Amino acid sequence: MKTFTLGGVHPEENKLSADKAIEVLPLPEKVYVPVSQSLGAPSKVVVEKGATVKTGQLIAKGESFISANVHSPVSGKVVKIDDVIDSSGYKRQAVFIDVVGDEWEESIDRSPEIISEITAERDTIIKKINELGVVGLGGATFPSHVKLMVPDGKKAEYLLINGVECEPYLTADHRLMLEKGEEMMIGISILKKALGVSKAFIGIENNKPDAIEHLRKLCTRYQGIDVIPLKVKYPQGGEKQLIKAVVNREVPSGKLPIEVGCVVNNVGTALAVYEAIQKNKPLIERIVTVTGKSVTKPSNFMVRIGTPVSLLIESAGGLPENTGKVISGGPMMGKALTSLEAPVVKGTSGILIMPVEESKRTQVLNCIRCGRCITACPMGLEPVLLAQLSENLMFERAEAERIMDCIECGSCHYTCPAGRPLLDYLRLGKNKTGLLIRNRGKK
Amino acid sequence: MNETIVFAVISLSAIGGTSAVILYFVAQKFKVIEDPRIDIVNEKLPGANCGGCGLAGCRAFAEELVKTGDLSKLNCPVGGSDVMKEIAAVLGLEPEEKDPMIAVLRCSGSRVNAPQKVVYEGASSCAFAHVLSSGESGCPNGCLGLGDCVVSCKFDAIYIDDTTGLPVISDENCVACGACVTACPRSIIELRKKGKKDRRIFVSCVNTEKGGPAKKNCQVACIGCGKCVKECPHDAITLQNNLAYIDYDKCKLCRKCEPVCPTSAILELNFPPRKEKAGETEKVAEPVKEV
Repeated sequence: MKTFTLGGVHPEENKLSADKAIEVLPLPEKVYVPVSQSLGAPSKVVVEKGATVKTGQLIAKGESFISANVHSPVSGKVVKIDDVIDSSGYKRQAVFIDVVGDEWEESIDRSPEIISEITAERDTIIKKINELGVVGLGGATFPSHVKLMVPDGKKAEYLLINGVECEPYLTADHRLMLEKGEEMMIGISILKKALGVSKAFIGIENNKPDAIEHLRKLCTRYQGIDVIPLKVKYPQGGEKQLIKAVVNREVPSGKLPIEVGCVVNNVGTALAVYEAIQKNKPLIERIVTVTGKSVTKPSNFMVRIGTPVSLLIESAGGLPENTGKVISGGPMMGKALTSLEAPVVKGTSGILIMPVEESKRTQVLNCIRCGRCITACPMGLEPVLLAQLSENLMFERAEAERIMDCIECGSCHYTCPAGRPLLDYLRLGKNKTGLLIRNRGKK
Repeated sequence: MNETIVFAVISLSAIGGTSAVILYFVAQKFKVIEDPRIDIVNEKLPGANCGGCGLAGCRAFAEELVKTGDLSKLNCPVGGSDVMKEIAAVLGLEPEEKDPMIAVLRCSGSRVNAPQKVVYEGASSCAFAHVLSSGESGCPNGCLGLGDCVVSCKFDAIYIDDTTGLPVISDENCVACGACVTACPRSIIELRKKGKKDRRIFVSCVNTEKGGPAKKNCQVACIGCGKCVKECPHDAITLQNNLAYIDYDKCKLCRKCEPVCPTSAILELNFPPRKEKAGETEKVAEPVKEV
């Protein structure tokens, strides 16, 4: 069975909600839609306070090349444009909307039938994806239209679809593949057309045999799409790891996957692309897993963007008493929330509730130089060295040691027997080194 | 027997002599001409190599001083005006009077004033906590209390108070080198004039949020109401981004702004107690200085 070669760990899978069908969450009373929901420059608000908006109406426009439009996920009245504490703990500009009914824009096709014929041309596809605010739903929220524009001189050979879902606990992508497989397949065909590639691979870890089987059946009807089962190993869902595992190519340091002729998209993105092109529907909802060992009803919800996290937790049986942390995302890369009023954004793949005893960090001891972090690093870096360099503010040296290649997967921190906060320091180092590089470019 | 000794002495002396001549000429050829005053100035400097002057160390400072012969731009904050006077005497220049400075913590978000809302468990470094989140109290500008300033201080002038969770800067030890100012990721520490008899007035807050959200997280936050700006007879206070700032060059230490502040965000240090206000209840904000 295929997998990537360098490093990696295998945490407990805990896919508690894997057999729970996707439920559509009832509309919230109010939503807070952060303006900046993707990588790149923040988008500019185009609605005013007091305005009435329809579901799917544009409310913030991405103005630079790498930024995405934001659409209203509900219909109702714009109450105010103010700051809201988002999942990062910082206040960000958001549009506050009070929900009134559920009136959609007329251009959106809401019928349940599946349109399999792809009529749109390459340029229209990219333009529409850009307009309808589709971003990578794997977590990094990179605007999708940018990925589809292959730079001059490069050629895309393969489209890789990421159905790995290597983060423990999360099952949103798993359910999506099972229940929206058909739509996803058409989405993949659209992406293939936009990129001009003839071959697409869907990488799925073999802890999801039902999804593999289901998609294999569908593949017989769609040309040039293959399912590749992969051995379970974290962080296989990382772009570079997936490329290595599926087509056995290595992306050079500091380069994008297109360098080796690959474009990687998440299964959720493929579905969003289908809805955008065939149904004219902007990215206003996504599937979010609400899970945790103490949660009474682990579930997968179809949620409108901007819904407060507290509402999701309520629908999953309420917040357990001994909750220590509520994490946005998975246990490996997710971030602990500081406020349950934080809204669901395009990049929210899961809400994980951890009991007190599990959420505690272990005591930090001295490094015993065992080198486990080096063995675990899927990028072939030396986390112990990089963490020390960041701790001592030696960012130039850290740059030379390729700190910018770190994908922040947390395997080093997970594996450290001394409980050292390696990832924390690596993130700090990446942040500061990035700043250093950007400042250098300005001079 | 004797011959061997004589031969050895003569040959060694000859080698020594020749080498001496060669060394002399080489030394002449590669002589480094250095201003002798650099050494003298270097002797006078404290030798802490703290970098507070903006140069790589005391020696570099001495070289720069002698080279430019200009005292107006260079100042040793550690030695202060005494050392600068001595140096000026050595160089035959007029000493420039510079007011002594001191590092000041512009945050009163102690555990009482800004209660903890969330628990931070990550790496024990302000720089990282700042990148990651808004801090335990929720104030996006306030002190994180993890002590990057303590680590940066080479003069043992800062420690974290266990009860307030805020750093305390010692008046005696602080030499105003500015290392903590650079180390603080939230620019809370500022170098300000030490003031007559160590008396200082400053706005002990750097929060730029609007009044409401700022007050929600911290009861002694500056809410940007502008009362102090109106009260100040010397135009020393400016209001920018919902935050008042007292210009220490213009401030005459008249103490008129402090009583009008509705949140007690303005702190005054080392002043005698006010006579007419003796009956008033105690202020919420505790003075930061405690040495």
